[in-house]
Amino acid sequence: MSQIKIVNLQKSFGDFTAVKNSNLTINDKEFFVLLGPSGCGKTTTLRMIAGLELPTSGEIYLGDEEVGMLRASERDIAFVFQLFALYPHMNVRNNLSFPLKMQGYKKSDIKNRVEEAAKLLRIDHILNSNISSLSGGDRQRVALGRALVRRPKAFLMDEPLGTLDAEFRELMCLELKKLHLDIGATTVYVTHDQLEAMSLADRIAVMDGGEILQADEPNIIYNKPKTKFVASFIGSPGMNFFEVDEGISKDQSFVNIEGTKFNIPKQLEESKGSKNFFGIRPENLTLSNNEGLKGSVFGVEYLGSRKIITVKTSLGEIKVKTDISVNAKLNENVQVKPLNNNIIIFDGETDKSLNSEFIK
Amino acid sequence: MDTSRSYLEPSSFSKKMAAAIIIVYAVITLIPISWMVMTSFKNVDSAISYPPEVLFEPSLEGYVNLFTNRSRQSQEYLDSLPPPENWYEELVRSREMVITGPSKFLGRYSNSMIIGFGSTFASVFLGALAAYAFSRFRVPLKDDLLFFILSTRMFPPIAVAVPIFIMYRKLGLGDTHLGMIILYTVVNLSLAVWLLKGFMDEIPKEYEEAAMIDGYSRLQAFFKVVLPQAMTGIAATAIFCMIFSWNEYAFAVLLTQFNAQTAPPFIPTIIGEGGLDWPAIGAGTTLFLLPVMIFTIILRKHLLRGITFGAVRK
Repeated sequence: MSQIKIVNLQKSFGDFTAVKNSNLTINDKEFFVLLGPSGCGKTTTLRMIAGLELPTSGEIYLGDEEVGMLRASERDIAFVFQLFALYPHMNVRNNLSFPLKMQGYKKSDIKNRVEEAAKLLRIDHILNSNISSLSGGDRQRVALGRALVRRPKAFLMDEPLGTLDAEFRELMCLELKKLHLDIGATTVYVTHDQLEAMSLADRIAVMDGGEILQADEPNIIYNKPKTKFVASFIGSPGMNFFEVDEGISKDQSFVNIEGTKFNIPKQLEESKGSKNFFGIRPENLTLSNNEGLKGSVFGVEYLGSRKIITVKTSLGEIKVKTDISVNAKLNENVQVKPLNNNIIIFDGETDKSLNSEFIK
Repeated sequence: MDTSRSYLEPSSFSKKMAAAIIIVYAVITLIPISWMVMTSFKNVDSAISYPPEVLFEPSLEGYVNLFTNRSRQSQEYLDSLPPPENWYEELVRSREMVITGPSKFLGRYSNSMIIGFGSTFASVFLGALAAYAFSRFRVPLKDDLLFFILSTRMFPPIAVAVPIFIMYRKLGLGDTHLGMIILYTVVNLSLAVWLLKGFMDEIPKEYEEAAMIDGYSRLQAFFKVVLPQAMTGIAATAIFCMIFSWNEYAFAVLLTQFNAQTAPPFIPTIIGEGGLDWPAIGAGTTLFLLPVMIFTIILRKHLLRGITFGAVRK
């Protein structure tokens, strides 16, 4: 088990830069998730750590060793692919022993290790089955098993739950988490699913356009996003943004928008320009009859115990996440007001959040 | 109305029509082959009798003549010999001849085997490596190279017979097994590369990436993971290559005489007394048919799947 460190890592394919100057430190035994939309460079980053792509520049450290230019086979890491990549011409047992055979273990050792891993993943009853006869979940377990038997320095997983159906994905999510607690291996996990990321990760790095925007614990990513993109990408639905055509000064504590007073946390930093964005999570807004931004109800979605009401206002569509008891009919005129001063201001020029008492 | 039948299922009438067409086609293709097999079991007279005999008394004369050299002797000489030791000697003596030794057929037949299987193996092996490279790596001028490889099939190979004949004489490759293996491999290789590239493209690259992460080199991953999955394509390609090099006649006539002569140019030269020995030629062609038939039957399952050219993957 090892720490993984990425220093100034960059990867270009021709004119296209897939990963820009990235720096990351993934701690020993940490479950680290790379999260972002497709094409953000998260998989490329993972493949460079694995040795399936060579970096254009920069360094990758596995423990104390610089491995950036080593072959995949020389790095002692395991990789779980989205499509599992189980060898279809071998049965489960041979799939699991395949990595061990290369390392020259004795036959009895291989057998023991394979059976140990199979027991841990509860696939010991299908060891002699063909890959084609397995269900998606079992294939996933075999793929994990093949990574596990080698006891590598780190596990890398590229959307391993992406092809499973929703119900199974939740189950495997739990199993993965439990497995990680059991064996405590450094794990780097790539996904575009923020719920998966939130529930699995010790820390999350949010990526967009080849850049790592923020790497923090899930609750910090959610509550204290460093950029507008992180705020909009995390949360379901994402954060609401209002454009305000005024500069924000230091120590400012409220802003008037369209006649509605929004209390904001005391600002510790002033904005660069005169165009800024207000960010409010949908759950920090509510409907009101007599105060707030005027608008009409555009859509209502039920989420069981909560509902999401979309209100069309002069500032654009606003999502409000409220209690199920709040009534709202389509096209009804309503007003939206903030519940608290849990507001983040993003600088219009840099898209970065301004420091305030709430977010430092 | 019968509603139990799916609309996608062909009607029983069209099924019968299909069966009838297939049977007619099978009969048309099988007539020359069965005629050839029948001829091999006739004797010299019934083979050329007119009208042709469909029912005849089977004889192994053709096979005996194929494998032996004989000379005609006078009746007095034959009478002076000890009684024949076995059935084929008896058969030959009944025609007033004695066996003077084995014919060249077995040698030519094994030449065909060595050259056929040798060039098939070489084509498939080299083709698989090239196809893998074209499928996986960013080869400079990839499309041009692939077109260039294909272009070697755009003229009949015999069009370059004269230059090849001269080159082979200078290189000392004429009438050698190696020379023929190289020649047939060159002709088959472009087909092998193109066919196998299609199959390789269908195999997700994650398989060999997984193997490489599991500690294998790329070449090891190729042999242990990629090749087994390309078996369908390899089988289909092997059959196409085998059929070509097994049947090839023109180059074999031109470039081989003694040492490396294959069966196709040899069989038609089997001359009996006063004309071609048709039963022996029939016997030769019948035996010549067998290896390709057996080879194809062994690889039949793969071939059927392979002929769809990887359009459907399990």
